[in-house]
Amino acid sequence: MRFGVVRFPGTCDEIDALRAAAAVGDAELLWHGDADLKGVDAVIVPGGFSYGDYLRVGALARFSPVMGEVAEFAAAGGPVLGICNGFQILCEAGLLPGALLPNLSMRFVCRDVDLVVATDRTPFTRGIEVGSSLTIPAKHKCGRYYVPDEQLAELHANDQVLFRYAAGQNPNGSIDDIAGVTNEAGNVAGLMPHPEHAVDALLGSIDGLRLFAAAAERSVATV
Amino acid sequence: MALARVLIRPKAGILDPQGEAVQRALPALGFDGASDVRIGRLVELEIDENTSADGLDQICEQLLANPLIEEYEIEVLRPSA
Repeated sequence: MRFGVVRFPGTCDEIDALRAAAAVGDAELLWHGDADLKGVDAVIVPGGFSYGDYLRVGALARFSPVMGEVAEFAAAGGPVLGICNGFQILCEAGLLPGALLPNLSMRFVCRDVDLVVATDRTPFTRGIEVGSSLTIPAKHKCGRYYVPDEQLAELHANDQVLFRYAAGQNPNGSIDDIAGVTNEAGNVAGLMPHPEHAVDALLGSIDGLRLFAAAAERSVATV
Repeated sequence: MALARVLIRPKAGILDPQGEAVQRALPALGFDGASDVRIGRLVELEIDENTSADGLDQICEQLLANPLIEEYEIEVLRPSA
């Protein structure tokens, strides 16, 4: 399994994502200005502040040449994971439903949260028991997931909720405690917390590694 | 050329914590008469005078605003003859 990690101007979590992916497979950086995915098997759109968060978070990155390729790759069923700013970009690009609004607290949140797995039908959660909990850090100021009510009903009906914040841990006011969603087909996924920062016991949790391992069809025990 | 002003604000029903924070600060000035403070942004564009209303709508729908969470108003100020 070869992962491609997209770097935009202003991205800052691409090296951690690269390391996480490299722990379970091969990984390389992709430059936003190249309309070329270099034949990778999975695409990670990592966190940061692409284009300085100008206009709206994620709004400008979707016009980068690489994003046309990502959209085609996604439409063909390729696995795509957006993390934090990457999640915001995928929503703005229309590859995932919904939008991310400023945290209700108006504060930058930086702490571990427990995520409850809501579906295992994505490449990044397959083999991870629905209802089980992953401890992963969240760090963002614009992570309040929102969809209009009628679309929220669709998400539930189509099994598109990927992760929920555990009871009482919603750090941003996200609707229905939603921390991550998937597209209808299940191959494109996004979440606000950072699995790539939870891949080493020294840093408190290796739960994040399970998402990368799932995509690479490896179990964490063998990593 | 003409000047287009696009006013973008959170849709009705979307919580606006920035607006709420400002509203809570106003009484500190001794000003108690404000409610429903909403904060948006203003984008000004110099545009070709022949730009169609449809063209401007496209710009707003596809980039300047996110129609899921924001509404917008466009005002075109023609230069005086």
